[in-house]
Amino acid sequence: MSDALIRNFIIPLVQVLVVLGVAAGAVAYMTLVERKILAFMQLRLSPRRVGPHGLLQPIADGIKLLLKEDITPARADRALFTLAPIITVIPAFTALALIPFSGGGSFNIFGYPVSPWIADVNVGVVFLLAISSLGVYGIMLGGWASNSKYPLLGSLRSAAQMVSYEVPFGFSIIGVLMLSGTASMVGIVEAQQKAHLWYFVPQILGLFIFFVSGVAETNRLPFDLPEAEAELVAGFHTEYSGMKFALYMLAEYTSMIVVACIVTTLFFGGWLRPFPSVSALAWLNFGLDKLNPALPGFFWFFLKTFLVLFVYLWLRGTFPRYRYDQLMKLGWYWMIPLAIANVILTGGVLLLLRR
Amino acid sequence: MDWGLVLFYFFAALAVVGGVMMITRKNAVHSAVYLVLTFVSVAGIYILLGADFLFAVQVLVYAGGIVVLFLFVIMLVNLEESRRLSGGKLHLAASAVLTCLLFGMLATLFGRVAVGQPSVAAPLGEGNLQLMGIALFRDYMLPFEVVSLLLLVAMIGAIVLGRPRA
Repeated sequence: MSDALIRNFIIPLVQVLVVLGVAAGAVAYMTLVERKILAFMQLRLSPRRVGPHGLLQPIADGIKLLLKEDITPARADRALFTLAPIITVIPAFTALALIPFSGGGSFNIFGYPVSPWIADVNVGVVFLLAISSLGVYGIMLGGWASNSKYPLLGSLRSAAQMVSYEVPFGFSIIGVLMLSGTASMVGIVEAQQKAHLWYFVPQILGLFIFFVSGVAETNRLPFDLPEAEAELVAGFHTEYSGMKFALYMLAEYTSMIVVACIVTTLFFGGWLRPFPSVSALAWLNFGLDKLNPALPGFFWFFLKTFLVLFVYLWLRGTFPRYRYDQLMKLGWYWMIPLAIANVILTGGVLLLLRR
Repeated sequence: MDWGLVLFYFFAALAVVGGVMMITRKNAVHSAVYLVLTFVSVAGIYILLGADFLFAVQVLVYAGGIVVLFLFVIMLVNLEESRRLSGGKLHLAASAVLTCLLFGMLATLFGRVAVGQPSVAAPLGEGNLQLMGIALFRDYMLPFEVVSLLLLVAMIGAIVLGRPRA
């Protein structure tokens, strides 16, 4: 095999397969972690029958979903009904290609340098926004193709919700872009290292808006109106069963993980350990950096991402669901003006500091 | 083999197929889905030209924003009703004339660009976000402001039209 083929095709392919595998596994165990944490918060027992402490529960769930009958309603639009879950999954996984899982060095495998991210794009953050804006199609088309009233209502709600919250979602990032001066995900982490400051300190408002809009974008509680079971049975996926239903769940949990990864990268210093410039805290690398400078980064990145995901579950455990008009009012009256104010404030402060 | 060329023909074919399917489908939702296919394929061609930012904006605005609103309207509005209301022969003739005019304009423009010339998007290649910013906010400041004023007027107009009558 030629050198160029390995560099440009084989290595990215292996990277993609590794990330896909890890993400799918993370989603499976995310469901278990979610049930464990919710059970802890609500003083219940969590799944404990399958394997020690229920550790094999996700595998049992996966087998169950694979073996269940896959029903297509008689009057459904068959092509779109099948296509919709697939359309939902693709953007969720594509976004993972831009996440820098670690940094500060690359791995040397068979003499080829392998970076700890799949792609570092010059317009990384804008690309992520673009990709995540495509996720709404699967939900809208799935609800419409079911040819049933509750799914249609659910998908209309989700379309309005996702389009509304995309605006503050995009605006809240601009503050970070102004501080770092780049839109590349790797560049943003490196800028935080150089500034000796994680951006959640100056951008606490941006972080709040981004996270709240992220929860709304991924249709999670307290903003899971598209699937409000008290009003709409199960919302857009009422008619779905078996593997197609599993794809919707996979997409939902993957986009949760993606949002958590973006929060970590943009606001919490990505792969950096706490106080990366203080050498007295170098023991926080646990000596792993002597093996490879990029190794401790994985630990810190995954720890921070897990903590953000915990907040997601915490919200689900504590907040009641919003009413639809309250949700829209919150988005348009509060989130968007706040996000614009954040941009103006950040710009003004930067201008004063540069004087 | 030039992989860039192969990918270009792939995306170009996809865009054309999407466009043709969009205007021939009877079902408006199917049309909208094919429209998304066309937009995304054109975005793929932007990447091949090295215009990453244009790709992201194309997907974000056209595929992710505008067609979502189309779908929203299609699902809410009774299409049979609007078909009855749409003008007959005059409407058709006006559309035909406008389409021919647009086609002629595009054809003369494409005729002027010699094949093999560096593409217009090429200077946007590396660091295209920065170059885009400099172009918009220094070289083309006035047109940019005029366009944003136009958008503001459109937005206020939409709010005024959508406001419930007192």
